[in-house]
Amino acid sequence: MDAILTQYIDAYYLRIIILIGINIILALGLNIITGVTGQLSMGHAGFMSIGAYTAAILTMKFGLPFWMALLAGASLAAFFGFLIGIPTLRLEGDYLAMVTIGFAEIIRVFFLNFEPGGKAVGLYGMPQHTTFTIVWVLVIIVILLNAKLLESRTGRAFYAIRENEIAAQASGINTTRFKVLAFTVGSFLGGLGGGLYAHYMSYIAPQDFAFMKSIEILNMVVLGGMGSIPGTILGTIILTIAPEMLRIVADYRLLFYGALLVILMIFRPNGLLGDIRIYDIRKRWFNRGVN
Amino acid sequence: MFLEQFLNGLTLGSTYALIALGYTMVYGIIQLINFAHGEIYMFGAFAGLLLVTVAGVNLFVALIGAMLFCMLLGMLVERIAYRPLRGKSTRLSALISAIGVSIFLSTLMALLRGTNTTRYPDIIHRHTYTIGSIEISSLQIIILVVAALLMIGLELLIQRTRIGKAMRACSQDLEASALMGINVNRVISATFAIGSSLAAAGGVMVGIYYNAVWPYMGTMAGLKAFAAAVLGGIGSIPGAMIGGLTLGVMEIMGVAYLSSSYKDAIAFAILILVLIIRPQGIMGKKQVKKV
Repeated sequence: MDAILTQYIDAYYLRIIILIGINIILALGLNIITGVTGQLSMGHAGFMSIGAYTAAILTMKFGLPFWMALLAGASLAAFFGFLIGIPTLRLEGDYLAMVTIGFAEIIRVFFLNFEPGGKAVGLYGMPQHTTFTIVWVLVIIVILLNAKLLESRTGRAFYAIRENEIAAQASGINTTRFKVLAFTVGSFLGGLGGGLYAHYMSYIAPQDFAFMKSIEILNMVVLGGMGSIPGTILGTIILTIAPEMLRIVADYRLLFYGALLVILMIFRPNGLLGDIRIYDIRKRWFNRGVN
Repeated sequence: MFLEQFLNGLTLGSTYALIALGYTMVYGIIQLINFAHGEIYMFGAFAGLLLVTVAGVNLFVALIGAMLFCMLLGMLVERIAYRPLRGKSTRLSALISAIGVSIFLSTLMALLRGTNTTRYPDIIHRHTYTIGSIEISSLQIIILVVAALLMIGLELLIQRTRIGKAMRACSQDLEASALMGINVNRVISATFAIGSSLAAAGGVMVGIYYNAVWPYMGTMAGLKAFAAAVLGGIGSIPGAMIGGLTLGVMEIMGVAYLSSSYKDAIAFAILILVLIIRPQGIMGKKQVKKV
């Protein structure tokens, strides 16, 4: 599949398409935590780095098969997501945001001093296992499972917590359990994205997972529309392509990127596709005229 | 040795406190984490540098000039990027807008001045006093005194003046204040002006103290100051002062007695520990959630 693609698609475009896929997985993970359950997390890059380093070390130094390394990285990230989920029992809103920022920073500083991870230099020479096929098959699986999850009882509990935590509790939802669950699932996807990223770039370093990376992923979720899968995908596509398109303006790229965020928020304060769910789209497409 | 480190900590902490005040004041009124605040601080440091090198003024004139400049900058940012969003968007969109401003401003400065660090000229004679076994530089004394004066001034402004009273009213209930005839937009503008000028003062003093300014200095300082504000209890002005000082002292102590390679992680680790024990921060009031 990839061999055929490289014949027809320019390597540069293929690269962007693969990065979009990785970013979709990352953003959908954060969407579960922040978009759906409403727990502001600004440290997604922390989970990503755990997945990336774990998977990279496992394939490089222990010779584990790629899929096992990916799974191990994602699971370890999920475990840390679970740990971070626990303070959410007591903290809310911006206090929680601060804890997630702090967590991601601690992880970054840890990797800066982590001998097997190459310290500040980082790790390089990972085999480039991540291909177009693998990424997009995983993207489709993640989207389908995500849609399934959000339509389930668990997903509705997530939305209920975001809309009104007290009302959710009064309706018999164990908010604690679901908040921790949202963090665990979300960070699993973060770790998965990280593992894919490491084996696509073949090079990772602590500064790749700094605060700005978390913010980039958060932007994708908020820009597209919080809690919406199509919205998150759209936001991810736009924000992955935008910096590439802005290459024409070279040095002014980030200047435009910053201004773009402000302008988009002024004109579409609830995101491009605020709260449109796959479920709603399907209903609209298939039940037309029924009503 | 211990006392000397303690003094160093207080010096660093008082600059954190100055920046944290801006975060906490804005948060207290419109519940927005103003992520552009770190960049305002950076602009303050550069404005001071420009005044010292180009205009050749002395430290205090530069300090006041930088504060006035950032006052205008802060009001401008609020007018362009936050006011259009107010009332019609979720808090998260405002946050993304703030992040956009932050990226815009730091890139702007990088384009204007290059990404390298610029040295601050020695504008004051550095003299080291020895009291018993403690050594304290004239610069540290100036920083501590200026920070203390600014904080006392702020406290007087908040408690004794008409605009201060209006700010306190707005932080209690924005809507009720508007109904009582307070011009809410003007109060918010004033809050941004005051917070930004304090950050500028912090910027100039950090620039002189560490002898260097660079366009991305605002990111880490902003994060740590935000951590200080949360540590003290976000929304509380005395909390920001105490949080800043605590964080500064703890960080210096951590570097001195534990490890310097974990410098950036120490502040966040302390923060997370404190929040787990006291979720509302040191001075924050416990909010009872009501329907």
